[in-house]
Amino acid sequence: MSDTMTDDASRRDFLYIATGAAGLVATGAAVWPLVDQMNPSADVLALATVEVDVSAVEAGTQITVKWRGKPVFIRHRTEHEIEAARAVDVGSLPDGDARNANLPAGSPATDADRAASEDGQWLVMMGVCTHLGCVPIGNASGDFGGWFCPCHGSHYDTAGRIRKGPAPRNLPIPEIAVNGTTITLIEEYKA
Amino acid sequence: MSAIPHPPFEPKNKFVKWVDSRLPIFGLVYATLTIPTPKNLNWMWIWGIVLAAFLVVQLATGIVLVMHYTPHADMAFASVEHIMRDVNGGWLLRYAHANGASMFFIAVYAHIFRGLYYGSYKNPREITWIVGILIYVCMMAAAFMGYVLPWGQMSFWGATVITNLFSAIPFVGDDIVKFLWGGFAVDNPTLNRFFSLHYLVPFVIAALVAVHIWAFHSTGNNNPAGVPVRTKDFETVQKDTVPFWPYYVIKDLFALALFLIFFVVMVFFMPNFLGHPDNFIEANPLSTPSHIVPEWYFLPFYAILRAFTGDVWLVQFVSFVTGGLVDAKLFGVIAMFGAIIAMALAPWLDTSKVISGRYRPQFKWWFWLLVIDFFVLMWVGAMPAEEPYATISLVASAYWFGYFFVILPMLGFTEKPKEVPETVEAAFDEMIAAKYAKKAKAAGAAATPAE
Repeated sequence: MSDTMTDDASRRDFLYIATGAAGLVATGAAVWPLVDQMNPSADVLALATVEVDVSAVEAGTQITVKWRGKPVFIRHRTEHEIEAARAVDVGSLPDGDARNANLPAGSPATDADRAASEDGQWLVMMGVCTHLGCVPIGNASGDFGGWFCPCHGSHYDTAGRIRKGPAPRNLPIPEIAVNGTTITLIEEYKA
Repeated sequence: MSAIPHPPFEPKNKFVKWVDSRLPIFGLVYATLTIPTPKNLNWMWIWGIVLAAFLVVQLATGIVLVMHYTPHADMAFASVEHIMRDVNGGWLLRYAHANGASMFFIAVYAHIFRGLYYGSYKNPREITWIVGILIYVCMMAAAFMGYVLPWGQMSFWGATVITNLFSAIPFVGDDIVKFLWGGFAVDNPTLNRFFSLHYLVPFVIAALVAVHIWAFHSTGNNNPAGVPVRTKDFETVQKDTVPFWPYYVIKDLFALALFLIFFVVMVFFMPNFLGHPDNFIEANPLSTPSHIVPEWYFLPFYAILRAFTGDVWLVQFVSFVTGGLVDAKLFGVIAMFGAIIAMALAPWLDTSKVISGRYRPQFKWWFWLLVIDFFVLMWVGAMPAEEPYATISLVASAYWFGYFFVILPMLGFTEKPKEVPETVEAAFDEMIAAKYAKKAKAAGAAATPAE
């Protein structure tokens, strides 16, 4: 009799656990669409390639382009700015990573790895502070002649590298293609 | 429901009897309104009614504002201007809603500090306290999302900065932020979901308020003496208490009337005193205002968020120990939420057996220092992130944590409390005697020169 009891109990246990597990999976499957709907929708995710003609941007000035809802800085740097950016010892930077989507991850944050062109004239990067997402002020602002974020006082140098303040990373560089005076912003921007 | 002996509900009316035997709703209302309430409550016990009243004000004005508001990134700003200029009395409704939020927070801070001084968080009212903190957190969520809806510059950039706090979470932070935004930046999807949640949260608050009241009606109210009401029988209870209706209801309504005068003065004469001029400019994703400041009621916690920069040795140490996982940004976020969690943990951090701060001579000093600290944090939170404000905010943040994690646990052991009255009745009689002695003394002093 005790055997029967054990058998019965274990079958009950199995059914009990199986029902509970099925219920849990069903609940999860029903809740998931309610959560997932908050993720970016298809139209937001749709690839937005932007072509920018920069022939009119003079040395020492910059333009801001809106791409995927965020500002992108395109700066035509002066000789002085390029020199200042190249003179920096990469080892002394708070963030030693180039944060350049066009290069393998972990490339050093040298000016050559940051600039969009070999002569270093063009610098293209996201205009979103890596601290809390404000738009830094350009036109040789801040202690290092680059950008300064007014929200919490982050200073970026002339290559958009973080030098001082609470921001943890350099301003990220999106995937770009440079063709003469046309700069194309391509692919998804990966933060 | 109540552990305190209570007069029974004996309806005479036939209809009431009929309903109550099927759904005891009249009995519930009767029990709630006639609950025996300690008779020594002072003026700091009025904030509950004020808070309940402002929840109603916010719900009523909010529901009608929605009838005219358009939750779309291109039209939200214009629709708010439409409310201000075209809708009948729209300016009044909007200003009442915006300033009502501030009144709500004034009342909740008074209510919270009342609880901290008189030990309302202590055994047996821990659950009342925790539910209260949950209500406070919901209030902050509702206020934050509500401030985004007009889609001005402060709305937009406040939303950007606060949602970006979540990017500090290691590994999944950026994906969480994208999830919150529904895109790659704060945009129309963000506005729509904030609108939906802003409408939802007040009802969650209303439900939590019911739980809050249920909890302290089960344990009985705290009171300025901190001693429990004697529950031997109803006769003893009556020596310590008076029924909530009419005694405290009328007192509370009088206080509410005074507070409402303050409220309408704000609404009619200085409706934008607590606002920011930048929010009169429509949101522009390409230009950040030069100085982003949250609303005043967030400033103390905003100051704590900003206080822990990479220059602080504690931050550097934690960053080193965790292998860089906890950087200055994550540290600040943890500190900000930790400052609220510290309040929630107060019932277990406070080791003193004496409930009311009135009988704790050392505690009083630390408590009032905490109140000052709160205002200092509020002040530095509004200042730019530079010296000397950085150092002041660091010191003030340290005191906030020091109060909860060092001072409250230590005081229970080091402090010698004053004698606590045996009963609420004794505390009440003491108070009345002191009042008459003071009056007699004043009368005597006035009479002497005449003789």
